[in-house]
Amino acid sequence: MRAPYRSAGTVVLGNLAMLAWTIYISFLGVTGLMLLPKDSVRTARILALLTTVAGFVVTLVGFAHQRSGELVTVTRLHWVPSLGIEFHLAADGISLTLLLLTGIVAITGILFSWNIEHRTKEFFAFYLALIGGVYGVFLSFDLLLLFFFYEIAIIPKYFLIAIWGSTRREYAAMKLALYSFVGSAMVLIGLIAAYVVAGAKTMDLVQLAQFPFPIHFQMWAFPLVFLGFGILAGLWPFHTWAPTGHVAAPTAASMLLAGVVMKLGAYGCLRVAMTLFPRGLDAWGFQMLGFGSWRDVFALLALIGIVYGAMVSLVQKDFKFVIGYSSVSHMGFVLLGLMTLQQIGLDGAVLQMFSHGIIAGLLFAVVGRMVYDRTHTRDLSQLETMHLNKTIPFAATTFVLAGMASIGMPGFSGFVAELQILIGAWRAFPLFAIFAGGGIVIGIAYTWRAMQKAFFGLSDQTTLTTPPALPAISIPERIGTIILVATSITIGLYPQLLLRIIVPALHSPLFDGLRKGSGQ
Amino acid sequence: MIWIVRNLWLIPALPALAAGLSALAKQRNRRFAASLAIGSMGLSFLLSLFAFAHALHVSGQGKQVIQVFNFPWLQYGGEWLKLGWMLDPLTSVMLVMVTFVGLLIFIYSTGYMAHDENFTRFFCFLSLFAAAMLGVVISNSLLLLFMCWELVGLTSYLLIGFWYHKPAAAAAAKKAFITTRIGDLAFLIGMVWLYSQAGTLLFYDQGTGCLERSALMGLVAQTTCIGMAASTGIALLIFAGAVGKSGQVPLHVWLPDAMEGPTPVSALIHAATMVAAGVFLIARVYPLMAAHGGTSLAISSTTALQVVTWIGAITAVFAALIAVAQDDIKRILAYSTVSQLGYMMMGLGVGGVAVGMFHLITHAFFKSLLFLGAGSVIHGCHEEQDIRRMGGLKKFMPITFATYATGMLALSGFPLFFSGFWSKDAILHAAQIWTISRVPFYLGTLGALLTAFYMTRQIYYVFLGESRLSDRHNMPHTKAVDHPEHSAPATPHESPVSMTVPLMILAGCAILLGFIGTPAWPWFDSFLSGQQATFNITGFLEGGILPVMLSSTVIVFVGLGLGWWLYGRKPIASADGPDALEQLQPQVFHLLRNKFYVDEFYQATFIRCNTWLSHLSDWFDRRIWNGAVWTVSYVVLGLSWLARSTDNYLVNPGFDEGCHTVTVGAKFLVRLQNGRTQNYLRLVGIAFAVLVVFLIWSGVR
Repeated sequence: MRAPYRSAGTVVLGNLAMLAWTIYISFLGVTGLMLLPKDSVRTARILALLTTVAGFVVTLVGFAHQRSGELVTVTRLHWVPSLGIEFHLAADGISLTLLLLTGIVAITGILFSWNIEHRTKEFFAFYLALIGGVYGVFLSFDLLLLFFFYEIAIIPKYFLIAIWGSTRREYAAMKLALYSFVGSAMVLIGLIAAYVVAGAKTMDLVQLAQFPFPIHFQMWAFPLVFLGFGILAGLWPFHTWAPTGHVAAPTAASMLLAGVVMKLGAYGCLRVAMTLFPRGLDAWGFQMLGFGSWRDVFALLALIGIVYGAMVSLVQKDFKFVIGYSSVSHMGFVLLGLMTLQQIGLDGAVLQMFSHGIIAGLLFAVVGRMVYDRTHTRDLSQLETMHLNKTIPFAATTFVLAGMASIGMPGFSGFVAELQILIGAWRAFPLFAIFAGGGIVIGIAYTWRAMQKAFFGLSDQTTLTTPPALPAISIPERIGTIILVATSITIGLYPQLLLRIIVPALHSPLFDGLRKGSGQ
Repeated sequence: MIWIVRNLWLIPALPALAAGLSALAKQRNRRFAASLAIGSMGLSFLLSLFAFAHALHVSGQGKQVIQVFNFPWLQYGGEWLKLGWMLDPLTSVMLVMVTFVGLLIFIYSTGYMAHDENFTRFFCFLSLFAAAMLGVVISNSLLLLFMCWELVGLTSYLLIGFWYHKPAAAAAAKKAFITTRIGDLAFLIGMVWLYSQAGTLLFYDQGTGCLERSALMGLVAQTTCIGMAASTGIALLIFAGAVGKSGQVPLHVWLPDAMEGPTPVSALIHAATMVAAGVFLIARVYPLMAAHGGTSLAISSTTALQVVTWIGAITAVFAALIAVAQDDIKRILAYSTVSQLGYMMMGLGVGGVAVGMFHLITHAFFKSLLFLGAGSVIHGCHEEQDIRRMGGLKKFMPITFATYATGMLALSGFPLFFSGFWSKDAILHAAQIWTISRVPFYLGTLGALLTAFYMTRQIYYVFLGESRLSDRHNMPHTKAVDHPEHSAPATPHESPVSMTVPLMILAGCAILLGFIGTPAWPWFDSFLSGQQATFNITGFLEGGILPVMLSSTVIVFVGLGLGWWLYGRKPIASADGPDALEQLQPQVFHLLRNKFYVDEFYQATFIRCNTWLSHLSDWFDRRIWNGAVWTVSYVVLGLSWLARSTDNYLVNPGFDEGCHTVTVGAKFLVRLQNGRTQNYLRLVGIAFAVLVVFLIWSGVR
């Protein structure tokens, strides 16, 4: 099968063609799981693990071949020729970074759901379908294809929460699905409008990005599409699906939700909204309530998300809600970084997507798998009496590390990312940078509060009784923890590893419009 | 490039390596962890000596005294963000001090922590702390310094909360971390601002660093919206970071609470090194603090340095006042540390780097001596920390007493033979000739008086008089017990050799170090500024030095005398009786005892306000946004009901009626087609008849 090649400013390199296999492998895994007999729990787990590992290895090979982060076509086939729609997969440094993130979170997610016994093979089938959809979104360079994979990713999420979830799972699953579909509808309207306005009979992202859309069109299409994707990125005030969804979801699904699915939204904001309609960020030419452009509006919403998310999580009683709201806060940094339109802010935003994916995954793993599956409670006041640092010290240590990474301690990936975003924000909106820094301080307060309540309980009357024994931390959990912690520290100490491909990708002609807009 | 400059990173790397290895070690590998920590610290000490010798050599030759090694760290756009380390006299002095004091405290800890079950982890954290602190010292980049600075704060948190099962320790750790992070936030913002303005965070980089002339000129020329030069704004933000870390007013509240940590930690982190990091930071960015538009480089006239001076002077007196009325042996020392850090800040503000740093170095030695002595006392008295329940320890713990008294005299600034005298005198002298205001000088003098007073009070309570140790069994609230094996009441005992030897070494330093910075032989000052020191006895006669020396001598003796007058004349009889000062001035004493109610003030304002806002946000989320979502869903549901009703009562009946009509009509028509030939013929007949009639009728017409 040879990909018919059409010149559109991209280059085909044979050694990246296998990146498409990340998608195929995942769906092959789904098929394989469905063919298994009903009670083959162990085989299902191993098959799922092998599938994700294979996907990750493929990504790694691609990462090794990706020299400078430029845009490289992976596969390009006609799909609906009469409408000019193609099966066009391509990858640049941004895609590849997020593919790596997906691979890591997917593998560790399976390691942390090793204890799923209820309808195991269906669980992993939905899980792999979600992963396949996510890979598809990150690789698609045809807008309709991207939208198609984006929708594929929503459906398994619903079932993962509704079947294997906990607290108010039907409510949360439905809320998540509805929010996602509302966002998709907005995105779809924007995409179709772009298709019609451009009139070039193509949905190709690269070609459409070069099309000079009229500015009044961009002025309404940009907020529409940005908001549509922003909902999934936890943009305030459309964030309320996130905490309830995270809380209700089973551990692996929370990890995917916070680690990868929220990144789909942020990725869409950057890849679609900001790439297609860069002039939508320009000044309106008038002031309304102190805002001069959509950029100001969304930057403020992102900032509110940072501070507000941190504050709400400071008073939560449910351990998982603390982490759920912290995700809203950290994703606010991504959106703020995007809105700076500064090179360093954009770099930081992409790096923060990666970093938050890893750290949120780790936090949810501790809360959902290590603590909740053992104690069957997430109520902080109950956990306070259990002295978990004595019974499961590994979980306590992991949470301390994850908490440090989460509050932006130097040496972990979050620091580098948030520092870059803050520098970018300082240049664009100095006042916002100060408030965002304030959000970091509140971040310490809530992380430390949750940590001390959950693990280092102080109540005196229970110190004499020996705490109840809990199942020991299993080997898969340890491996998963080590992978995530090591990734965060590696990037924290040597961010160049990823910036090497992120920076040139953000410097590519695809983002020319953005740079012109910000006057760089 | 010289080997030691290129490999300066080894100095922090060795303890970091030790920390990593002992983190992997099992809990029972005590000897392994301790020897690893001490060994790595010893090696770092040797390397630091080597670096010191090199710096001495270079400055002796009168060459460029700052040597740097920079390397790229991360890329954005077309630019690279660089990190690096540096060796200059300031760094080398700090390196030697940190590694030497650290080494002694490590050795001391092997005795002090011998009974603790988490011995291995303790040394792991201590090594990590040392690594981070040494990283702060060698950084040639504000970013690298900030990273290490945060790591220092983290290890401080871990070590304060080392006995996390004590609620007070856990709370203190959290408080320390969050309070210092408030300062660090300002520091971070200052750093971001500096980066945006100067385009680099390297201090020195062949003329392009942010502390070098071209960048500073640019910063001074920039004016912010409130009419302040950018350099001043950045300097003040960075100073806010130092205020947090060095426990200056108004962020001093965490430091006394931090005494809940093990005593070696208090000595190392909260007396000698980490809290001094703030002072060191100001010394490091001094060119920025002192940058101003004029061409002359006259010292101590910039806004930033004035702020430093005032904050320092106020802190010095404020904390000394509180120390007068405290009962916990470590808390007295903690407030004393806050006060002395204020002196250092004031010294930096009025007299420049050398004045502030000299007090930092001497203070590091005598204050860690005092803390270790206090630790020895606590250890000997079986975890008693309340000075009212001590007394008469002189005969039980002679070595501790002798060394403690040395430290006390050094801290009080006892004339001529103790280091504290010389370093404090340098500050007071600089304050006296400060052109802006005389008030800091008077505040500093008052602080000196108070220092001598509260230290005398402490000595009388702890070492002299009769033992009141047995009183503690009458008291319902004894302090926390961490060492169950000490439960039996026993007489105090002298501490083991591993604890007393470091005390003696530190006591020696507390005396001798003063002589490197006397007015006659200002070696320290010259070394930091890269000049040769010469011995000149007439140095005492210059510019009002002698009057200041005399006046501070008088002040010290007044302080000591007051202490004796109140506490020494008649022995303190019982542990529960009122303090001598309390009898004289009960209201003042209570105000001081309660630390001017600063904690209560913060609790009632900032913390409550923040909690309230958080609850508001939570409520907002639950009610407003969720309410909006519910409203939307109810609206949709309502519309659905409406639609269903329309279906049921409008659309459906119409449809049914239509169907019914059709059916009825069909039934009627069905009758016509019943399949009987006769009927069909009948119809045909009828039709025929009708046709005939029709034709006839039409034909007639």
